[in-house]
Amino acid sequence: MHLLVCGGTGCRASESSLILESLKRELEEKGLGSEVQVIMTGCFGFCEKGPVVKVMPDNTFYVQVKPEDAAVIVAEHVIKGRPVQRLLYVDPKSKEHVSDSKHMGFYRKQIRIALRNCGFINPENIDEYIARDGYEALAKCVSEYSGADVIDIIKKSGLRGRGGAGFPTGLKWEIASKNKADQKYVVCNADEGDPGAFMDRSVLEGDPHSVLEAMAICGYAIGASKGLIYIRAEYPLAIQRLKVALGQAREYGLLGNNILGSDFGFDIELRYGAGAFVCGEETALIHSMEGHRGEPTNKPPFPAESGFLGKPSNVNNVETYANIPVIITKGWEWFSSIGTEKSKGTKVFALAGKINNVGLIEVPMGTTLREIIFEIGGGIKNGKKFKAVQTGGPSGGCLTEKHLDTPIDFDNLVAVGSMMGSGGMIVMDEDDCMVSIAKFFLEFTVEESCGKCAPCRIGNKRLHELLTHITKGNGTMADLDRLKNMCNVIKDTSLCGLGQTSPNPVLSTMNNFMDEYLAHVTEKRCPAGQCRDLMKYSIILDKCVGCTACARGCPVNAITGERKGPHFIDQEKCIKCGACFEKCKFGAVLIN
Amino acid sequence: MSSIKIELRQQDIDKITEICDSFNNEPLELINVLHKTQEHFGYLPAEIQEVIASRLNVSTAQVYGVVTFYSFFTMTPKGKHPISICMGTACYVRGAEKVLDEFKKELSLQVGQTTADGKFSLSSLRCVGACGLAPVVLVGEKTYGRVAPDDVKAILKEYA
Repeated sequence: MHLLVCGGTGCRASESSLILESLKRELEEKGLGSEVQVIMTGCFGFCEKGPVVKVMPDNTFYVQVKPEDAAVIVAEHVIKGRPVQRLLYVDPKSKEHVSDSKHMGFYRKQIRIALRNCGFINPENIDEYIARDGYEALAKCVSEYSGADVIDIIKKSGLRGRGGAGFPTGLKWEIASKNKADQKYVVCNADEGDPGAFMDRSVLEGDPHSVLEAMAICGYAIGASKGLIYIRAEYPLAIQRLKVALGQAREYGLLGNNILGSDFGFDIELRYGAGAFVCGEETALIHSMEGHRGEPTNKPPFPAESGFLGKPSNVNNVETYANIPVIITKGWEWFSSIGTEKSKGTKVFALAGKINNVGLIEVPMGTTLREIIFEIGGGIKNGKKFKAVQTGGPSGGCLTEKHLDTPIDFDNLVAVGSMMGSGGMIVMDEDDCMVSIAKFFLEFTVEESCGKCAPCRIGNKRLHELLTHITKGNGTMADLDRLKNMCNVIKDTSLCGLGQTSPNPVLSTMNNFMDEYLAHVTEKRCPAGQCRDLMKYSIILDKCVGCTACARGCPVNAITGERKGPHFIDQEKCIKCGACFEKCKFGAVLIN
Repeated sequence: MSSIKIELRQQDIDKITEICDSFNNEPLELINVLHKTQEHFGYLPAEIQEVIASRLNVSTAQVYGVVTFYSFFTMTPKGKHPISICMGTACYVRGAEKVLDEFKKELSLQVGQTTADGKFSLSSLRCVGACGLAPVVLVGEKTYGRVAPDDVKAILKEYA
């Protein structure tokens, strides 16, 4: 019997390491320390209900476990074989306790390829990775295939880059392999900067060897002997697990000279990022690895021709690499049978925002937004109405009700004005103001623009100013035209992917929620009630009992009225802080 | 460059030299050198940057350019209990901005500043990857999840 405790960032933040210790202590006390293993794994994905503990082999899934629950899990489940009912997941519709995770709505539609080992193995133990066919793909490549064979398999599988743009991976490898040089590099982009996306971190924390194995395979295919992983310094746990994994792989002869007795040699180094979103762009990433400011340069030359230190370099992101070993072991036919015509395989999404089941999910390409949001995600929080879903992070767009049945793949998302991006998916409800959301993303872009080219550096700042203007109630119809024109100029003239996509949140919200922009501009009204400057607080005289709570709570003394008599808000003095609304117990304060 | 003037002691210079030497004074390793140095000193004032520049044989401007480009590097010391509010999209739509406003109000501090007694500093960061717990606040190494503006006073009290 095994007890698996989730060691992903979310669960660790809820002190899952204390659960691990308590379980070990309980087992030790009952004399079962040597028979039952307690393992800290990578992320299970169901972050909403964390911390998660799973009992194997019966697949019992315990949610929201506390350290003090360890005693009952050991006494009841481990010793007597009875699952602890109160810790099981309760299906929100049927109200039934679900024991096996396979029957949970959250997992039913998922197919896990990139996340295949996350939540199953101890990421700090190479033997567990090997037991699940780990390094078999690398062995197969060096013993049975030529580099060209490997590239051919990846090309036929139809795998496209999971970092954002969806460039065919096999083609990228082929270009790098054809460029002759004394030294080539395999680079892994682990600089996950998209706010709200955490799949790369979960793969590195839960299954680091899959990335190392894939990089070695890539090295074999393109003729490179050195690999570099560019990882965010903000991911200390992932860095630590990578270091452990690198040490073990070298010890087992799976990295280093003469891998598995062949004459192929390959080793990997870590390079640290330091917090710059633009470093997700491959030329910027390479400059950062060379110790410079992470500013992008024109392409061509592509990194496949002239990359790290001017040598041919292949750059792929973490999730892309995580797919490689399985494609080799199970075959390209299997992989390409999953997904849509032009987007094969699966995609990992970080589902977050106003949704019941926040977490990390992996679904076949072609799954619809409706399935993701309402079946896997369990619908909108607090019974509110679905309004929009934002995909692709700061480069993507907001999709609405009418897009819910669009099968998601690289091309369909672009066709409806958004993009796949790295796979962030933020759900919004009726309380979210779409103009403010666009402004939020622009704030991000302004902060993260590297400043090299004028359209991005200056243009985004102007966009942000215009949006601020509108949310303050000072916008005009001419501003809306200006906004749109400027978006198009920035898109057309920016140097790199960051600037070329930064207006997307504005354009997509303008396309899908023009009525909200118009309400802000013509009626000076925010329909979602989010824009503070457009709010008007007033007191409903019928409901006011004259308790004076609002007047006492007002920081600027804008409320007047006698005790037990009706109160009034002086609109000139009101700073719209909302204190009166929070203080009133009688629902007499109205927000308009 | 920086408003804070400090005087490096010989032992500080020796430490920086030691860090640079451990990377063979290789300019390619500048970012790694800066990471190690900030780990030791807590921040990277101009005086430290000058020593690094001369050891790696690059211009001080290049070092300054790199330090100011990346948000992880800071030229002002952080508080004893650095407070970071996650402003990733998931936290934002679940009300992180109101939590940030409450911290600003309680501490009378703007983002990027440190209290006069050096106890707290305030910063916002983009996504810690714990979106299930949104909105998230970090104080030092400790993570607080599902934080509401009303919780802010109690959190600060823990460090009083």
